[in-house]
Amino acid sequence: MDSDAPAILVRDLHKSYGDVQAVRGIDFEVARGEVFGLLGPNGAGKTTTVEVLEGYRERTRGIVSVLGHDPGGRPRALRERVGIVLQSSGIYRHATPRELVAHWAGFYPAPRDVEEVIDLAGLRASEHVLARRLSGGQARRLDFALALVGDPELIFLDEPTTGFDPAARRAAWDTIRALADLGKTVLLTTHYLDEAQALCDRVAIVKDGRILAVGAPAQLGVGASSRYRVSWRDESGEHVTRETDDPTGLLHQLTSAALARGTGLEDLSVTRPSLEDVYLELTSEHEETAR
Amino acid sequence: MTGAFALTWRQYRLERKMFWRNPSAAFFNFVLPLLFLALFGAIFSGSQQDLDVIVPGIAGMSIMTTTFVALAMNLVFLREQGVLKRLRGTPLPSGVYLASLAAHAVTNTVIQLTIVIGAGALVFGVGLPHDWFMLAVFVGAGVACLAALGVALSHAIPNFDSAPAYVNAIFLPVIVLSGVFYDADNAPVFLRDIAQALPLTHLIDGLSAAMVTGAPFADHLDDLAVLLIWGGLGAVLAVRGFSWDARRG
Repeated sequence: MDSDAPAILVRDLHKSYGDVQAVRGIDFEVARGEVFGLLGPNGAGKTTTVEVLEGYRERTRGIVSVLGHDPGGRPRALRERVGIVLQSSGIYRHATPRELVAHWAGFYPAPRDVEEVIDLAGLRASEHVLARRLSGGQARRLDFALALVGDPELIFLDEPTTGFDPAARRAAWDTIRALADLGKTVLLTTHYLDEAQALCDRVAIVKDGRILAVGAPAQLGVGASSRYRVSWRDESGEHVTRETDDPTGLLHQLTSAALARGTGLEDLSVTRPSLEDVYLELTSEHEETAR
Repeated sequence: MTGAFALTWRQYRLERKMFWRNPSAAFFNFVLPLLFLALFGAIFSGSQQDLDVIVPGIAGMSIMTTTFVALAMNLVFLREQGVLKRLRGTPLPSGVYLASLAAHAVTNTVIQLTIVIGAGALVFGVGLPHDWFMLAVFVGAGVACLAALGVALSHAIPNFDSAPAYVNAIFLPVIVLSGVFYDADNAPVFLRDIAQALPLTHLIDGLSAAMVTGAPFADHLDDLAVLLIWGGLGAVLAVRGFSWDARRG
């Protein structure tokens, strides 16, 4: 198999449920070893997109390739190489994480070591607790462990930390980073900006079944629609903020004027728009044009 | 690559282990029918004629609880909890999983029938079955038929909260109509006509012949045919409507 081929390729993906168009023409690629995020509000079509890639849903139109397979037919050869963490999914309530991880290992041709998976997922403390007694965070770790134990090349994480307290979120992030360090390809969906920023090599912002922008979280701010933000305190102590495409020119103007006056520029800062700014700008613009 | 049989065996053992760890499941599968057997056995203890009716009747009811009731309830629960969806994302073949569930149900049927037949012989004076082969054929047909119908019913149940209502709305009238507790031949004609359409009636007829009366197999081929027709219908509906995903909304 061509190792340069993308792990995931999506072209003009459409998915309708009756009259409702959940996904309306999505294109993206995920390179091998990349952590790719689909970021968007609830109902944007993220889960539908991921469930088409996981083989749970038939697409209405478009081309989809996952590790060189069409996921539509759910080929077993593909399921052996993919790990899935669903948004929410139950498990045998009367089994312990250790039993379940060991059982799941038997589904796969070349599983990872059970002990190693328990440590990697952070389940050591709860390995002998019945699944029905696990806390939300612990149950999520079990989800990770069951998705990992087959030693998949590609892992799908649908809203991996929704509803978590901050400590549980950090722990989940650490696990996801550990996966990336192992060279796994990760496709995750999230509606948390900080999560996308913290974890993803590249992010696609999704809204109303379309992708509005794709790029590295730090790069997404540097599009045509986004500007540098320069702010300072003027002579009267008033806070001034100006947005510009040319921060060098504006700073030169400001600093030479200040030097000429013989004063300083209090609280001077130059910031690029955060992912949050871009996200809010894109999603609200989209709303306006949709009306 | 692990063979399909080894995978089925592994999955079957997990299902067994989970079953025994859940006391309420074990209760409904074993204790309730045995409680019925004890109660009706006590009520009819003066009449061997009635005991001869109640023992194969309870045997038929046992087959229905361990297959039809158990599968309908379990599948709705597993579907709603997302266990089916999670398993579907693994390399475990669907056929292997369903085979393990079926084997699990059959094991419960066999355990329960052993207890019912044993109690019938030791306590209720019914004696051991006359025709073991005929018994095995009817148990096999009954299991296949009622298991398929149980799976089919699970598709019609929207969520787990409503599952007991759906299941009991069918199970309770059927066990009464089909003559679990009395000889169906003594019922009023219109009830007898309804009963003649139900698979459990014919299963109990066959069980009764094999266990108690010793009537020849050839006289009960029509009962077997009714079971197979219901089973075929159930199988079509079971496969057609299968959904791995919880209903939305």
